Amino acid sequence: MKHLADNIKDSLIVGGVAFLLFGPFLGLQLTNGTSGNLGLATRPMLLAIAVGLSIVARFLLLLWQDHRTTRVPAVKLAAAVAKSGKYVAPALLIVTITLPLIPGIDNSYIDLGVLIMTYVMLGWGLNIVVGLAGLLDLGYVAFYAVGAYSFALLSHYFNFTFWECLPLCGILAAAWGIFLGFPVLRLRGDYLAIVTLAFGEIIRLVITNWVSLTGGPNGIYDIPHPTLFGLTFDMSGGPGTVSNFFHVDPDPSQRTTFLYYIILALALLTNWVTLRLRRQPLGRAWEALREDEIACRSLGINLRNTKLTAFAIGAMFGGFAGCFFATRQAFISPDSFTFIESATVLAIVVLGGAGSQLGVALAAVVMIGVPALLQDLQIYRMLIFGIALVTIMVVRPRGFISTRTPSVSLGKAKIISSDMISEGHG
Amino acid sequence: MGDTLLTVTELTMRFGGLTAVNALSFNAKRGDITAVIGPNGAGKTTVFNCITGFYKPTSGSIAIAHTPGASMLLNKLPGHAIAKKGRVARTFQNIRLFGGMTVLENLLVAQHNELQAATGFGVLAILGLGKYRAAEKAAIERAKYWLAATNLIDRADDPAASLPYGAQRRLEIARAMCTDPVLLCLDEPAAGLNPRESQALNDLLLKIRADGCSLLLIEHDMGVVMKISDHIIVLDHGKKIADGTPLEIRNDIAVISAYLGEGDDDDPDAPIAETLAAAE
Amino acid sequence: MAYALQQLVNGITLGMIYGLIAVGYTMVYGIIGMINFAHGDVFMVGAFVGIIVLTALTGVTSVPMGILAALLLSAGVCALYGFSIERVAYRPLRGSFRLAPLISAIGMSILLENYVQTSQGALERAIPVAVPGGFVLMNENGFVVQLSWMQIAIVVVTLVTLGIFTYIVTKTPLGRSMRAVEQDAKMAALLGIDTNRTISYTFIIGSALAAVAGVMFLLYYGVIDFYIGFNAGIKAFTAAVLGGIGSLPGAVLGGLLIGLIEAFWSGYATVAYKDVAVYSILAIVLMFMPTGLLGRNDIEKV
Repeated sequence: MKHLADNIKDSLIVGGVAFLLFGPFLGLQLTNGTSGNLGLATRPMLLAIAVGLSIVARFLLLLWQDHRTTRVPAVKLAAAVAKSGKYVAPALLIVTITLPLIPGIDNSYIDLGVLIMTYVMLGWGLNIVVGLAGLLDLGYVAFYAVGAYSFALLSHYFNFTFWECLPLCGILAAAWGIFLGFPVLRLRGDYLAIVTLAFGEIIRLVITNWVSLTGGPNGIYDIPHPTLFGLTFDMSGGPGTVSNFFHVDPDPSQRTTFLYYIILALALLTNWVTLRLRRQPLGRAWEALREDEIACRSLGINLRNTKLTAFAIGAMFGGFAGCFFATRQAFISPDSFTFIESATVLAIVVLGGAGSQLGVALAAVVMIGVPALLQDLQIYRMLIFGIALVTIMVVRPRGFISTRTPSVSLGKAKIISSDMISEGHG
Repeated sequence: MGDTLLTVTELTMRFGGLTAVNALSFNAKRGDITAVIGPNGAGKTTVFNCITGFYKPTSGSIAIAHTPGASMLLNKLPGHAIAKKGRVARTFQNIRLFGGMTVLENLLVAQHNELQAATGFGVLAILGLGKYRAAEKAAIERAKYWLAATNLIDRADDPAASLPYGAQRRLEIARAMCTDPVLLCLDEPAAGLNPRESQALNDLLLKIRADGCSLLLIEHDMGVVMKISDHIIVLDHGKKIADGTPLEIRNDIAVISAYLGEGDDDDPDAPIAETLAAAE
Repeated sequence: MAYALQQLVNGITLGMIYGLIAVGYTMVYGIIGMINFAHGDVFMVGAFVGIIVLTALTGVTSVPMGILAALLLSAGVCALYGFSIERVAYRPLRGSFRLAPLISAIGMSILLENYVQTSQGALERAIPVAVPGGFVLMNENGFVVQLSWMQIAIVVVTLVTLGIFTYIVTKTPLGRSMRAVEQDAKMAALLGIDTNRTISYTFIIGSALAAVAGVMFLLYYGVIDFYIGFNAGIKAFTAAVLGGIGSLPGAVLGGLLIGLIEAFWSGYATVAYKDVAVYSILAIVLMFMPTGLLGRNDIEKV
């Protein structure tokens, strides 16, 4: 039983480290003293619990590692997931389409569906840049912001409607994608990452500080909701409203359901375009770019145009999503477009398995849906989110679905395992 | 023997203080297999990188004549246009395939420009309209032709990274040929091949020449060079030291001394010297 | 003139703090090629340990002793944080795909921020000025250019810390191992260098430097909250990239440049747009020098 002794020793060392790590933060607490000066309170119980939990967790982990005899090889597991994708994807789609039609479903679930699908769409948009073209973008939220503010400003100053703005927002975001893409064409890896992050921050800071145009930190209010062929979802039920036209009682869920189908349509459009593009020269060029830039160049592929189209198309979908976000919220402020949004979307893409459409959708459900259900734990929500990110990455570094399906084949297409696939250097 | 296809004039390439290629001039004739040989560090790959647009030469010019009399300066073209407009294709010393893509996909990526032109800026092809379908069919046919020529047809749907080494080399050549080049530049295609694969490579290169594409070849394997080259250029320390038919090169004193390493800083490349002697 | 001198003094002080954090980024990047996104939050943890130690010692020891204790304890605790973060979140992902450690690091950053927020509260925490006063450098028509004792202390402590650090990297066996692993981890391992251990030390040293920067930040501004790590982290990372990531002198140079840009932009243009100025200059520099100011500009190997 020497092994057990080792494990116990190891766990106790971890406990010691935990004591030192948690000591200052859990064992002590800064308080505001009587005279306005800071004071300290002690919390020995909390510290003891945290240290105890660390010891137990470490011990159980070691035990599990010892007793785990057979491991399902990652490749087999991935292939199984990918194969079941044939059934999972349609099933997921049917559930998604029918969800709001379930009689008596609570409005808040439909609203959560809207939120999740917004992130599915953002994830799919970013997937073009990160998953297919292999370009690391840490500032994707910039295009989301461009879309949202384009609509908010156009409606605020020129009374444009949602449907008029939707294509405009996509075009404007794509234009920004090209504009911001130009300076970073030569950059690789982490240089690309920091500059895209910087662009995201620049756009947010400009929105925050240009108070006369954007209202600054106070944001923009009263952004119009979308209309159904000119009919509004006004609660008054007067002429020109949906409830009046169809002779039903006005209900908030009508608008939510309408928004739900709009974002579903937008997300499916994103997916459809991406899947079509993958089977085309442009999509293949993106993937080739991810695999080997130098070889691409030797084959006469214009790297600049290929990268810029990836940025532009990814940005366009971000712009659509932003426009939708603005109309859904009716209020936007710079707080909605912080780095954490970019990080969340990127995490969805990586967690889903960069390149996999189904994986990204599943990841969005997990990353957005689960924390939303933890509303009661409000203050611990982000803490759990952080722990989950680290844990999931350590357990599945390549995400849920990491295999690749060929875009064309002579015979029967074979699934390509993830260890062959490069993830780009850009 | 045809007219001159490729004209390299006074090509110089410096990296900081190091002169890798020094005022090099040579021609390659249409329909020839031209080999560039020389000891390690002689500047062969640098010359290739200049021709294929990966390096901008410090000075000098590189011209290609797609039809007799016509001339296009390769060193004035942007990198990606070398394959597209200049119609010069290449392979790499350390194989560069799209490992996560299938063999067939690799060959379709090579036909990107033609296919992209058929997509109507992508929009028509997304909607399933236009002539894209026909173009893709033609591209797959061309891919199949080169798959057959390189004996890879059975592996068409396998990821490129899963192929054995020799097959990867052949795939890289097939991919380059799918760009429909007039000149194919091969950087040590026989490196790491066994004698049987090396023989198959010879046959493949001769077939490519017969199909109307000229070849420029860097190679250490003198068996390959002497057997299939029409014309050999020998480089040493970035300069041309000999230029002629295989027979002339074999008897050239300068070449032999370069290979035996009379330079003080030069590592004698013994195996090559031996094969050179053996080939005599 | 006097105003410019004052901004220069302020900029250098701020730049020193950024430089200290940037060294940690650049070291980790150099050795394992990943962006340690949680590094800025280690800096924040350092500032919090500092404030806790200073509060505990208020009235117990003299001010200089208190500051010294805060520096040492904070460096020690943060070194342990750095070590643990690497073990838990990054080591299992070594040799894995590039994006996985990045996401893991972002997760770690979110985790640390919310850990401090939930355990110590979301409020800003302030301490009284630890070392008041300073001396007047210049007096121009009533505009007084102040060089505070605190600013001098920051510059001195930073230089001493960087001096020790430079000695470790260039003169000790540990430093030699670090440089070897940076050049070629596989080869270093073949030659008998314990790469895991070397990487652990890199995290330990980098985190200790961040902790020193955190305590300096606390003493200089007097106010901290759980969110300072994000901004300082991004700035320091920008500094590391601007200087050329992987280059240690580059990190300090980048930090100083960013401190100066911020100080002068705030002084002569608008405070609101100082960060926009920093990020824009980063983008412009990288457009023309894609590997930063002192970065290794390796020729694309074909």
